[in-house]
Formats: sequence, structure tokens, C-alpha cells
Amino acid sequence: MDDRASAPTGVFELPTIDTLSDTRDLLAHATKEAEKLKDYFVVDSDGHLSEFPFWQEIVARLDNKVYRDMAESFKERPGSPPGLSNAMPGMLYQDMFGRIPHQQRLGEKTPEKPHKMVTLTQRAMDTMGLDYMVTLPTPMLVLGMHPQPEIEAAIGQAFNSWMCEDMLPQEKRMINMIYLPFNDPEAALREVEKHAANPQVVGYMVTSTRYRPVHHDCYMKLYAAIEESGKPISFHSGFHWGDESMKQCNRFLSMHAISFVYYNIIHMTNWVINGIPERFPKMKSMWVESGLAWVPFVMQRLDSEYMMRTSEAPLLKRKPSEYMREMYYTTQPMERDNLDLLQATFKAINAETQLLFATDWPHWDFDLPNSVTQLPFLNEQQKRNILGLNAARLFNLEVPKHKLGSPQPGPVAEAAAAQGVRVSQGR
Amino acid sequence: MADIRVGRLDDIADGGHKVYATSGREVGVFRVGTKLYAWENHCPHAGGPICQGKIFGQIGEELTPDKRSLGLFYTGQKHIVCPWHGFEFNVETGRHPGDEGTRLKGFPVDVRDGDVWLRLPG
Repeated sequence: MDDRASAPTGVFELPTIDTLSDTRDLLAHATKEAEKLKDYFVVDSDGHLSEFPFWQEIVARLDNKVYRDMAESFKERPGSPPGLSNAMPGMLYQDMFGRIPHQQRLGEKTPEKPHKMVTLTQRAMDTMGLDYMVTLPTPMLVLGMHPQPEIEAAIGQAFNSWMCEDMLPQEKRMINMIYLPFNDPEAALREVEKHAANPQVVGYMVTSTRYRPVHHDCYMKLYAAIEESGKPISFHSGFHWGDESMKQCNRFLSMHAISFVYYNIIHMTNWVINGIPERFPKMKSMWVESGLAWVPFVMQRLDSEYMMRTSEAPLLKRKPSEYMREMYYTTQPMERDNLDLLQATFKAINAETQLLFATDWPHWDFDLPNSVTQLPFLNEQQKRNILGLNAARLFNLEVPKHKLGSPQPGPVAEAAAAQGVRVSQGR
Repeated sequence: MADIRVGRLDDIADGGHKVYATSGREVGVFRVGTKLYAWENHCPHAGGPICQGKIFGQIGEELTPDKRSLGLFYTGQKHIVCPWHGFEFNVETGRHPGDEGTRLKGFPVDVRDGDVWLRLPG
């Protein structure tokens, strides 16, 4: 019988990554990159959590007892579906049918305290070298398509209470843009008034996937309150395969690529052409998770038509692109296949002061800080601005002396170390 | 270059793979019949742990002679899929199916007396 050891000394067998892998092991290759950023201030302006595993905690925070009872009744159904949510789990194809485990589930072991969501966020931040992460929901990104505006308002209220009162106090590096139930402007205003003073609330998020004209008069009180608070409003895009236009796409790839841009193109167009920046000149706006290539496209289209049809946009005093150049944009998913086009885009949007780094972790198309640091056309200061200093200015964050959490090895790396093998942290 | 014994051939199932960390490198060894292929555990897209992903069958789309779609099918080729973002590479060629220039870095690998040996720089 051959009794030679299958794993010779100095060799460690690495496991296949699955839904139970520890975030620190899964992202270990990002750690070396993170070490290079130790003196950088890095803010993730668009990170996420998967709220469905915590749905019972969230609906328990519904102020309205009737809705609370309605949601909690789903616990008794097979599989305990997320009551009142309009997400369609059977058509969430982001993980490519098991190819990307972290999009399926982060099922790793976590300690009893802090809350699992907090631990998962801390592990991601430390491993990627982030100082702050904006923590936004995931299935709720389609909540704006809920046929019942009162349910959107109720869930928005519950999520904000859970996040701001139960989660954020456990980790100061977690920051949030609260969910605005935009189909109910009065409810959205109440959420702003309730949370505006919270220093960990750095803005207000409108999920772009919805059919609402952002220039409607019903939103003017809301915008006034947002402007008064000094914190930005963000339009976080998303996808909706049920949209009549998107139904023409037969592949998730096609629908996802277009849908994430489509909604923000419409909202941006209405926002600018109806002169919202003129009505609320101090209100800051952010456009999130649509990538960047769409921005110069819209700038050129609107400038061209505005110069011919100026009479249809009487509130404007400048070209549309000039307003858009003063707005903020997040990087992810940054289109990097043509660096000449990307460089032109950076110039068009004045990226040096207006662009905010974002990971979108733990979603399938997440970006790492090296998506910025490896761009050959940026100088050192521009990289620092985009990675965190622009966000520090927009979110009023103090740039700390100790800017990087110390990433701890995951269980696999620890097991390898016990056998005298140092697992690579990327090259 | 250094020859490093990383394990036993019998431990790698036909159609399967193992990923080894040694000498400051991570290398995936893939077995297809009697052949072995070794690729660096580094995705050329964003540096993800490509070899720690799962193997999936390559998906093709069959057309009729008059170019109508007959739907999706498995081609029989095997792809290793990066668990970070889903980039996929043929386990025998190391090439991305949609871009010839996007490929994995390979290392020499052979079997001696039932042991799997890698030849690594350094």
C-alpha cells in the first residue's frame, strides 16, 4: 500500500469556494492590494447587504401593527418567504446559476455578536481595505415597483429603523443612505425628517427602478428638506425584467446591462431639463450603479437638443452637461475595456472631484479598489480623491489617522499557516 | 525553476481539479482523462481565485441550417469559472471563450510514479 502523504510538506490544498466560504478567504486575493492602500482613505459609496436572511427582524420593526402581522404570517408558509416583498426570487439570475457563490448566499460562520450583518460587513471592509462602507439593501432595490405604495412606505420605514437603530450603532464604519419610499412623497419626507440628524446617515436613496417623474410637484417639499439637511439624494439604479421594454430582452445579461442605465437616464433627463438643480441649487445629487459610460452620452444628447429647443427648458441657465458635471457619480460597475473612452468619460464628468469609489459588494459585478488604482491615466491625488476624499467631503466624514482595519486571516489561511504554508494574498 | 511535488494523481478525479498553495504561489491542477493542466490561481480580470471556482460545462447554442435557434446545450468542453465575477476559461487551453487574449497563466505539470509535480519559477 502506498502510504505517501497526499499533501507533501509545504503544500496546502485550497478548498473550492462555495456559499459557506468565509468572506476573508473568499476575498483573500484582495488583501495584498489593500495593504498598498494603508495610507489611503477609502470609502465604498455603494456596498450592500442581503436583507432577506434578516427579513423577520426587519418586518418586526414595522410601525403599523396590521402590516407587521401580515408580514409575520408568512413565517408559517413553506420556506418562510419574505412577506410583503415584491422581489421575484425565481428570476434572480445574478449568481449565474451557482457560478458566483457569494451572490447566492454568505453562509459562513459568524460569532454571536455583533450581528451577522455587521460581521459580514466588517470582514469585507477589512479585507478590501475600506474605511467606510455605505450599506444598502438588495431585493428592496425593486421595491419601487411594488403595486402598493403604502407597502413600499411601510417596508422603507421598517428597514430604516432596523438599519439606523439596530445595525449602525454596532459599527461606526458602516454608513447609510436611508431608503426613501418615493411612491409616497409624504412618507419619504417623514423618513428624511426622522433620520437626517443621524451622523451615520450620509444621504437618502431613491431606488431608480420605478415609474415616477422625479420633477413632479409632489416632491418639492421633500427636495427642500433634503437640501436643508445638506446631505445628498442618490438615485440607485437597478433592473426590472417585468418592464415592458426589458421584456424584449431574452437574456439576463442583456436586460441587466441596459436596465441599470435605462432608469437613471430617464430620471437624469427629467431632473435636469425641469431645472431641479436651479430650483434647489444647494441640493447635491448622486447617481449610483449605472457605471459611467452613460453620462457623457446623456450630456451630449441633452446639450444637442437643448440648444435647439431651449424654449422647452426655460428654467435652465446653462447647458445640461454643465449641471451634470456638478453632480456626483459612483464608479461601479466601471466600464474598463476601452481606457481611451473611460479617460474621456472621467474628463467629461470632472471625475477628480465628482467621482466616488464603490464596490457593490457582495454582488456579482463588484469592483475592488484596484479598479481605480490601476487606471494609468490618473495621478496620485486623483486616485486618492476618487477612492475616498471626494466621499469624505460629500458625506462630511472625518479622515481618520488609522485609515485601514487590520485584515485577519480566514479559517483556510489559518489552517495553512498551522502547516507552515503562507497562503497567497494575491500578487 | 523548481520541481515541486504537490500531491497524488489518484487524489484528482477525472474531470476534477485541486488547488495547491506552495512556494508563495497558488496553482490549480486539472485532470482531463490522462492529461493534467496547471493554471495559476489568479484571474486575469481582477485577480480573483479562479481555480477555486467550480467547473461548469461550456454552454453552446444550436442553430438550424436556416439559422433558427434550437436552444442551449452543453458542448462537452469544461470551463473553470472564477467565483468572483464569473469569468470562465477552458480547463485545457486556459483561454476565455470570448476573447483569445484573455487567458490563464500556465505551468508545466507531470506525473512521476503517481505523484503530481509542478515546475514553478523561483
